[in-house]
Amino acid sequence: MVGNAVFRVEGLRKSFGHNEVLGGVSVELHAGEVTVLMGANGAGKSTLVKIISGVYERGGGTMALADQDFAPKTPAEAIRAGVVTVHQNINDGVVADLDVATNLTLDRLSGSGAPTLFNPMRVRREAKAVAERMGLTIDLKARVSDLSLADRQMVAIARALAHQPKVLILDEPTSSLSSAEADRLFALIDRLREQGVAILYISHRMSDIRRLADRIISMRDGIISGIFDKKPLDYEGAVNAMLGRKIHLDQIVVRNSAKAVLKIEGLRIAHGARPISLTLGDGEVVAITGLVGVGKTALAETLFGVRQPLAGTMTLNGRPYAPETAGEAIAAGVFLVAKDRGENGIVQSFNIQENISLPFHKRMSRFGILRRRLERATARRQIEELSIVCRSEKDEMSELSGGNQQKVMVARWMAQEARLFILDEPFQGVDISARRDIAAKLRASANGRATLLFVTELDEALETADRILVMSEQTIVGEHRNADVDLDRLLAEVAGGPLHSAA
Amino acid sequence: MTLRDHAIRYGFIVLLFGLVAYFSIAADGFVSPQSAVFIFQSVAITGVLALGVTATLVVGGFDLSIGSVATSAMMAAAYVMVVLEQNALVAVVVCLLIGAIVGLINGWLIVYMRVPDLLATLGMMFLLVGLQRIPTEGRSIATGMTMPDGSVANGKFSDAFLALGRHRFDFFIPNLIPVSVVVLLVLAVLIWFFLEYTRFGRMMYAVGSNERAAELAGAPVKAYKIWAYVISGVFASIGGILLAARLGRGDIASGNNLLLDAVAAALIGYAVLGAAKPNAFGTAIGALFVGILLQGLTMMNAPYYTQDFVKGVVLVVALVFTFALSGRGRR
Repeated sequence: MVGNAVFRVEGLRKSFGHNEVLGGVSVELHAGEVTVLMGANGAGKSTLVKIISGVYERGGGTMALADQDFAPKTPAEAIRAGVVTVHQNINDGVVADLDVATNLTLDRLSGSGAPTLFNPMRVRREAKAVAERMGLTIDLKARVSDLSLADRQMVAIARALAHQPKVLILDEPTSSLSSAEADRLFALIDRLREQGVAILYISHRMSDIRRLADRIISMRDGIISGIFDKKPLDYEGAVNAMLGRKIHLDQIVVRNSAKAVLKIEGLRIAHGARPISLTLGDGEVVAITGLVGVGKTALAETLFGVRQPLAGTMTLNGRPYAPETAGEAIAAGVFLVAKDRGENGIVQSFNIQENISLPFHKRMSRFGILRRRLERATARRQIEELSIVCRSEKDEMSELSGGNQQKVMVARWMAQEARLFILDEPFQGVDISARRDIAAKLRASANGRATLLFVTELDEALETADRILVMSEQTIVGEHRNADVDLDRLLAEVAGGPLHSAA
Repeated sequence: MTLRDHAIRYGFIVLLFGLVAYFSIAADGFVSPQSAVFIFQSVAITGVLALGVTATLVVGGFDLSIGSVATSAMMAAAYVMVVLEQNALVAVVVCLLIGAIVGLINGWLIVYMRVPDLLATLGMMFLLVGLQRIPTEGRSIATGMTMPDGSVANGKFSDAFLALGRHRFDFFIPNLIPVSVVVLLVLAVLIWFFLEYTRFGRMMYAVGSNERAAELAGAPVKAYKIWAYVISGVFASIGGILLAARLGRGDIASGNNLLLDAVAAALIGYAVLGAAKPNAFGTAIGALFVGILLQGLTMMNAPYYTQDFVKGVVLVVALVFTFALSGRGRR
């Protein structure tokens, strides 16, 4: 199989402003082979896909399709050349208000040579041909908006395949599918592989990767950090190449905690997941790590009352704790710095001061009237504490760098004493110095509360935590004291080794 | 601050003063207490409605039903007094209840039934326009009117109620300031204080800017949204009460322009002081701006049919101020 690369990328580069996202990436795709691309957030996977699919222009390097130069200027050009991409967001690939048949033939409705009049009979005939080739058994007259996610996904892929592509790129296609639905997708992929399509499959789910991969390519910080094609595939090696330690940082002084703050017993956060039990102690910083989509955010939201568990109990400082809203969690002293600050944290029309005071209006007001002097004093104190770089507490959030924006989010929740302080991906889109500042601040102020971090990058866990827990398949699968960590075992747990059954 | 920042921040205020200066010179009698009061009086009812709709704009919503809430309240007031022969207090309470209930229903439709705000309140507008005509089979309500069943309605607008529209307070000059202007000023100060200085107002802005962030900060987002529509409904019904008191009858043909004028005032308010967001002070200034412009033009003998055109131009210019010139609109 080696040697007959259908699609070849060499030395691909791309920068956004000063920020280099791809630093010379070379990838080969072979006909009839599934190549899995792994990489953490910000590794450059999406940028690579967008360049290949003609959304972005490349900054440097070459691409070749069947030994011909390939330089699509628009997505339509890429598709016509035979490189078809199914993007992560399923609804981008289908038009919800139209029926399946029209969706399958949508691309023939425009462009040169397309008939002026819409002929439903012809559309149905062509759609039927496409569906048969794919083994698709969906009612062609059904409206896409009435279909399940998996069926929509099938339609999106079928639509892509109507072009008879040489290269098919699937960007996290199972992220919103159940495992039964995913099985149908895998069967389809097997079929395409047999038909000789070169497939680039992007995913974080180890169970998918084990099921499908012929080769694995790991990406990290805009470069290829590992290629694995020897059978049996080295899954742990691939995870290590994607997440492993970059630089050896100063070992932290690990603390043990005697007094329990939060006790979780038999907590189930997803159907079919094994229950979670754990104890978080006063003064300790615990990091939960695991790949994207293993339930880290679901667990964080369950602890914060935004999501309800399927089963299980929680105790906070010896008292039963079962929050039904974020408000109840906050009142109980459980704070969450949510991930993706732009989406879940920052109020854009508010300045720094107003953003910091947001959750604690009640405590900062008298008879419903905000005490602005107290608000300003709090903001100034927090800016000082976390050394946020700004001109004043009245600065707009958009004027701050990513790292400083994140510091404001952390400062917001550190303005009051927490019993349990949860941070979900607090270092995402944060530069290294801000990351160190935040981590140091978290450790320095840890006494009097339990601190729980959810991070995908192992480095971040090793840098900040006293204890590291590993999550996989919506449950906790491993625990390590952050002193002389057995990295091999940890990586095996992250990769979802044979220690437990895959769902 | 650069020149551009100054232009964005003070441009509209400067324009307002320029307008006043121009009319003072060009139009005889523009500068007089009576003229000033007349301007306030002309914008009092739309101003009250605009302040209410500002609350829904703050939470990122919109209320198209305010005009029909106001006219429904007006018809209800007339019906209560003329047909049911009740006193002024009952009429006022009924109106406020209508406003609050319509607000609750709007909020419920938007928050729990997930109907987009524009569509929910548009539907409510239609519903109310029709509903207010049903009790009298489409007739206006006035003392001595014949009811559908042939009887004659003998009730009348109580003097206390009419005073809301006709009484004038002494202010240096006897009988100068009408009640409606006082109501406008009081409500403007109230809603301004509420939005700017209370934690509820602050959280409403947070809900409007990033609903998810507000929710994760522990705010009951749904309740805030519903309250915004209740405020809007109640303010609109107060506008309706003032309208009924001014007319002294339940006139099905009046109040057609209320919605557009009020929305225009609130949107013009975005441009005042470069706020680039809904705000009570801006809304009040916006209403006043339109009032001054129309009064001045009328005194300079501009024909009445040019009024809507002028309002439209002002609105478009104000929106350009807000969205093109200040960077905030782009986010």
